Amino acid sequence: MTIPVEKVAGPRRKNKADFQWSEEHAPEDFHERLFELEEKGELVVQRVDTEHIEVPVKYGRTKKVPIGHTWHHKSCGQCGHIPGYSTSIFWVNRKLGIEYEDPSDQTSCTAWNYYASATSNAAAQAAVAVRNFATAYETGRFPIIHCGTSFGHYKEVRHELLAHDHLREEVRRVMDALGKPLVLPEEMVHYSEWFYAMRHEIAKHQVRDFSNIAVTVHPACHYYKLVEGDAIYDPEVYGGQRTAIVSEVAQALGAEVRDYSTWFDCCGFGFRHILVSRDFTRSFVTQRKIKRMKEEADPDVTLTHDTGCVTALDKSQFAAKAQDPDFATIPVMSEAQFAALAMGAHPYLVCQLHWHAADYKPLLEKMGIDHEKAWAEFEEATARLERGEQKYLTWEDADV
Amino acid sequence: MQASAQLTPTHADSAAYKLGITYPDVPLAEKQRLFDEVKADERFHDYLYGCYECGICVAACPSARYYDFSPRRIAQAAAREDIELIYQQMQEDIWDCSQCFSCLRCPRGNNPGGIITVMREVAVNNGLESAKQALRGYTRIIYKIMSTGTQVSPDMLQADAFPDWGPSVARVSEKLDLWRRALPPETHHTTTTGWQISTKTLVELYLIWHKTGALNMISELDASLHSLLEEVMEDLLDEQGYELD
Repeated sequence: MTIPVEKVAGPRRKNKADFQWSEEHAPEDFHERLFELEEKGELVVQRVDTEHIEVPVKYGRTKKVPIGHTWHHKSCGQCGHIPGYSTSIFWVNRKLGIEYEDPSDQTSCTAWNYYASATSNAAAQAAVAVRNFATAYETGRFPIIHCGTSFGHYKEVRHELLAHDHLREEVRRVMDALGKPLVLPEEMVHYSEWFYAMRHEIAKHQVRDFSNIAVTVHPACHYYKLVEGDAIYDPEVYGGQRTAIVSEVAQALGAEVRDYSTWFDCCGFGFRHILVSRDFTRSFVTQRKIKRMKEEADPDVTLTHDTGCVTALDKSQFAAKAQDPDFATIPVMSEAQFAALAMGAHPYLVCQLHWHAADYKPLLEKMGIDHEKAWAEFEEATARLERGEQKYLTWEDADV
Repeated sequence: MQASAQLTPTHADSAAYKLGITYPDVPLAEKQRLFDEVKADERFHDYLYGCYECGICVAACPSARYYDFSPRRIAQAAAREDIELIYQQMQEDIWDCSQCFSCLRCPRGNNPGGIITVMREVAVNNGLESAKQALRGYTRIIYKIMSTGTQVSPDMLQADAFPDWGPSVARVSEKLDLWRRALPPETHHTTTTGWQISTKTLVELYLIWHKTGALNMISELDASLHSLLEEVMEDLLDEQGYELD
């Protein structure tokens, strides 16, 4: 067992070492209704029909994760504010020789207008989702969703489309006007599930030793709380009692995963709060997450797998440190960036750590990375852009 | 304190009524109409199955730790159809929710966060003062999402907008164009959107906003934003040869 179930045993709590999900209490498997509607000709199901890996999800079920021939549904927050996140996802694919598409015919899930401001409705949100799915389907590639909120929201949308006939009719009318079919993928796949599925392959390409690195993991609420059955639960990790996402990737890379009591707490992002009520986000991040992690686990880095979580956990620490010089900060990054670093990625040209706020330099030193040399290389590369020798840096430039 | 509408048995039992009606100038019939809109939403019935009053949702809720907010009260008021309390919550509570859905830990299968999503939509559709206040300062976000299909853009990173995020924001802002051109993915060389989005994509998105009524939702909330978005969308759709119904 990679992370023993005893790790989740708190005071006065005895966990069942051989915990099994009860089929009796499991929610209905959405696939039955999905394939039923496909058979009736009500919708098109995009199948996972290329090479894939089956991964364990809750209730003893499995999910197919395609390895290649993927269509990357990007995250606006990752691309906009944490560009090393999406760049690392693509870089790892390229290093493993896996071909993918990074489309410009893609919108975000637009769920900011659903969870934050409620200025959208169920039909609009479903139509946006299906438009993206239909676009992926037209390319013949399977969608991999970068954002945890988009992933969770699309699972909700799938539930609503399968449950409500008139919603399907309304969305079908919209898709008819766009000249597209009503498509739902056979599986909703989050990028972090691809990293979980590929963890052993990634570890084979590891060039940096992480055995002295301790991590804490923040599992993203919208990944496993929204439509909770459809998320990775591995019997080998916490006895399947907690999602294995991120933790198992860190373990496969030789890092030590340390537990802390507030792992279930959200990050405090709150959507509208991160923009217009940031005192709430900052309080929650520092008091409920960072301080607890530091006191209980003292990690070198905290890893997560969603846009809002990286943003809230990383950016909120500056004010706490400014107010209290003794406040101990923790660097924050996605497991995609962590895996890329393990595979030898450049911390600035690939992982773009200069966009992050909490001090990550002690971590790089512990990883054996000369960050001063790496920064000089980044500055030399961008100087070429300033001198007009190149307009853009390329993937070849990223591998110095 | 007197109610301005005739009391029904439910109304007289209302927790809010017992504590004192907080919005006496709003007729009961109006409060009932708003709740009926909430209840008529199909999602509402997926989100509410009764309440054990165990408080597990409150224990898991981040907003409950810092605000006078309780997902349990939301589920209870909805289950009891407590019109007075639901109206009060629509005016005072629903915008505190973090929408993390930790409350889905509910052993009864309730989704208080989902109920709040529906209540917020009704508040927006009806131009409730709480929605106007909560979304003040948020107009730019709504505009960005509806006009580009994305929200978080690189050029949002301005030092005066995020002073509490530290000096990294100012550094990014100062070098924004250069650092975006230094990103290896070709789609990422943008500053006003997270990635390059094709015109065809925007046309299809604008058609979705029109045909699903999403664009009309904001007319009660912010008439000038609605006009601006309508103009932006119509310009592109005209240019691309689309005629709206």
